[in-house]
Amino acid sequence: MKNNNINRREFLTLAGAAAATTAIAMSGCGNSDTAKKITGNSTSSKKEIPTDKMTYRVNPKNGDKISVLGYGFMRLPTVSKQSARESSDEIDQESVNELTDFAIAHGLNLFDTSPAYCKGMSEHSMGIALSRYPRDKYFISTKLSNFVAPQWSRENSIGIYKNSLKELQTEYIDFLHLHGIGMGAKDINGNDLSGMEAFNQRFIANGLLDFLLEEREAGRIKNLGFSYHGDVKVFDYLLSQHEKYHWDFVMIQMNYVDWKYAKDINPMNTNAEYLYGELEKRQIPVFVMEPILGGRLANLPQHPTLMLKTERPENSVASWAFRWIASHPNVLTILSGMTYMEHLHDNLSTLCPLEPCTEEENTLLQRVADEFVKFPLVPCTQCQYCMPCPYGLDIPGTFTHYNKCINEGDIAVSKLDKNFAEARRKFLIGYDRKVPKERQAAHCIGCGVCKTHCPQNIDIPKRLTDINDYIEKLRQETL
Amino acid sequence: MKLKQIRAVLAAIFWIGISLLFLDISGALHVWLGWMAKLQFLPSILALNIGVILLVTALTLLFGRIYCSVICPLGVYQDIVSRIAGKFKKNRFRFSPERRKLRLIVLGIFVVLLFVFTPLAVIIEPYSAYGKIVTLIFKPVYEFFNNLLASVAEHYDSYAFYQVDVWLKSGIGLAIALVTWIVVTIISWKSGRGYCNSFCPVGTVLGYMSKKSVFRIQIDDNKCVSCTLCEKNCKAQAIDSKAHQIDYSRCVSCMNCIEKCHKGAISFSKYVSKPAAESDTKSDEPQDSTRRKLLTTASILAVSGVVKAQEKKFDGGFAVIEKKQIPEREVPVKPAGSISLKNFTSHCVGCQLCVAECPNGVLRPSEKLSTFMQPELSFELGYCRPECTRCSEVCPAGAIVKITREEKTTIRAGHAVWIKDNCLPAVDGISCGNCAKHCPSGAITMVEYSEFPGVMIPSVNSERCIGCGACEHLCPSRPLSAIYVEGNLVHMDL
Repeated sequence: MKNNNINRREFLTLAGAAAATTAIAMSGCGNSDTAKKITGNSTSSKKEIPTDKMTYRVNPKNGDKISVLGYGFMRLPTVSKQSARESSDEIDQESVNELTDFAIAHGLNLFDTSPAYCKGMSEHSMGIALSRYPRDKYFISTKLSNFVAPQWSRENSIGIYKNSLKELQTEYIDFLHLHGIGMGAKDINGNDLSGMEAFNQRFIANGLLDFLLEEREAGRIKNLGFSYHGDVKVFDYLLSQHEKYHWDFVMIQMNYVDWKYAKDINPMNTNAEYLYGELEKRQIPVFVMEPILGGRLANLPQHPTLMLKTERPENSVASWAFRWIASHPNVLTILSGMTYMEHLHDNLSTLCPLEPCTEEENTLLQRVADEFVKFPLVPCTQCQYCMPCPYGLDIPGTFTHYNKCINEGDIAVSKLDKNFAEARRKFLIGYDRKVPKERQAAHCIGCGVCKTHCPQNIDIPKRLTDINDYIEKLRQETL
Repeated sequence: MKLKQIRAVLAAIFWIGISLLFLDISGALHVWLGWMAKLQFLPSILALNIGVILLVTALTLLFGRIYCSVICPLGVYQDIVSRIAGKFKKNRFRFSPERRKLRLIVLGIFVVLLFVFTPLAVIIEPYSAYGKIVTLIFKPVYEFFNNLLASVAEHYDSYAFYQVDVWLKSGIGLAIALVTWIVVTIISWKSGRGYCNSFCPVGTVLGYMSKKSVFRIQIDDNKCVSCTLCEKNCKAQAIDSKAHQIDYSRCVSCMNCIEKCHKGAISFSKYVSKPAAESDTKSDEPQDSTRRKLLTTASILAVSGVVKAQEKKFDGGFAVIEKKQIPEREVPVKPAGSISLKNFTSHCVGCQLCVAECPNGVLRPSEKLSTFMQPELSFELGYCRPECTRCSEVCPAGAIVKITREEKTTIRAGHAVWIKDNCLPAVDGISCGNCAKHCPSGAITMVEYSEFPGVMIPSVNSERCIGCGACEHLCPSRPLSAIYVEGNLVHMDL
């Protein structure tokens, strides 16, 4: 898992061994810092991924054939390979090009990015990777990510859009999202704005939405839509305005857990079942984000993993999530941030071609979701929107470590637990390895800046405090 | 087994044990090896550890300076160096007369300094010199290799090894340790026990004691053929083979000469020519010295180093974290168990064992002249954790007496001081309270700030503060914290 700069031939040799070590891979790829998934038998050297079997969906607006798997450029590989450790990491462009080549060769044709991703370097990187191909070979999806108050003026926001065209080395954008609709924000004076107020400030008061509609008229934006997180009022409002704006697509967070449990995980969120239903009603094509929750649905706790493995021992845990989503006909594309070749390989083999989920499989996945939500995992998808924390904390790193320990059964309940000493050691040593001391939870002062940025609506300061309390109890052995 | 081999094996056990004690990062070894440090002579005198003093005195009066060849880690280290040097040049020693004046003058100065100014005196004391060498020079190397192992372990998802912070505890301390190490190594390379027999104050005291010892190295005049082989191999240069005399004040009972003698003329046996006289044991009990007050009136923290929250434009990445700076403390903070600053400074031999043990990066040798090389607390890398009492468990000199975790929660080693100009809420109106949140004794409460309605600022109840430094370490203000710990001259009870 360490070496992500892997070429295809090497990869296939490695993968031969992977089939035999599935069980180890399931519990053992713990050190990989970013979203990780199980490299199941789908990466066996025996089975070449066909290059002509990609599943496509038709964009009702213009008949374009879009691959059901879209490439998300939010979790790009970095040069140092230690993507979470320090801030000087640069995008590993060579790997990005290789991944792009492999994806295009297998029929993937939609690439998604944002001006904010990867410390603002994602669009530039995509521009380099894609400009090597004819423009009609691929579709570009990007966003208007004017998140912070200083960017809200008409001039600055349009500047962001123009810069996207420049970085992506293109004359037009196939899919443009109003980014993060429904999320709150802080205004210039630091006051909290609701999702609705933030939307008005970002897109209405400055006339930006009108400008974008004009750009769509002019053909520089082929499809205009929005990506939705958070406050459902804004979602409902924008759909009620469908007659006026004619949304060409909407992006929602959808997977077999969020389908019925998004609200249980966080009362601020809305179940995907409702969101998808509303869009289907209006025949608006759906973009899906967080298909595997930043890797959490690829690396499930032990028992749910076994439930899926028993049913389809040769398929990865992640493949279930993709098949389930793709089985919904109104889904136009599923965006997956595939950092490593293993991820891309696994997803391509799942969707080239798609084998839709049966009724029984849907029931099984519902049971997996029932179990999954019982684990007290932090619903962090490592999207990095909260970062950088002004006080230098590594928020996603802390949550990832905590979730990993829960998944692996290494959270102690009491010091009388049989495995207390081992769990303590693993948690504390593992934490120091994952996150440098001065970036750990104890340093959170609760300023709450991160809260407005979190698309999952996690009460980050509260969760950090809880984790730190747990750490204190481990250290002092007072659990 | 021959006497020499017994001595060598015992010496190796002690030397490795003590060295490991200093090198240990696990915190487990002192339970098993801590007694080796407690056997050291000067620390036990300063700790008034009567048992050990009597034991060492008795050993010396019985067998001569075997303390120097077995228990003293610096002595054994010199034997190792000398042995290696001997491989290059055989039979390299000659008898030299005792430098009695030098020895007595050094001892005199040492004793006087010990009463007046302990930190300076102990620079030439062998145990603390050895401790400094291992802790400040070799421990970082050891930790570096540990960290290599830890990264290998990490690669294999094993938790057998873990990373530790390698940091320079004191530049001056390192310099002194390096000089001591080089000088001692050169002297022992050239002239064996030269340091022990001309400078070492412990060597001098034990030397004069062993002039009266019961068992001694003795030359049988009838068997001796005056081949001088014993003299040439005596690393203490104490054998005058022509006169068949041995200077017992310098003989460290290493038994090498017994091995070397072809004629079996040398034996370690009950001394016959003179009856053993009464001992003139020295007692170096410290008295309450009129130590000059070490308070320097330094102006407190003019610089305000408030963090300016970084503007977020893109996702991901880390804000740069500025290093914390050491605030100027009027009274140094000493570990809980020190009883008082006075007790601490008059007992501590500066061996650095507690510095080596501290798992939180808190203890480091002082660079102030008045407390030179004696450890003090600072909280840039961590704070004095409530569950840890390791320094108090290892101190052999009674500078830090053993305390329990429960006792630690009631010992007021210092008190927190708030600096308004560095405090985020007071300066920028940001809500914080991290100091109050993490205070283990509930000494900090957030109160309404009159100048900034709605903003809460910390207020310290010194009566409840134990001086652990959690607030100082976790304060977001950098490089200088908005709350820092001043030491208490006397550690009061809560």
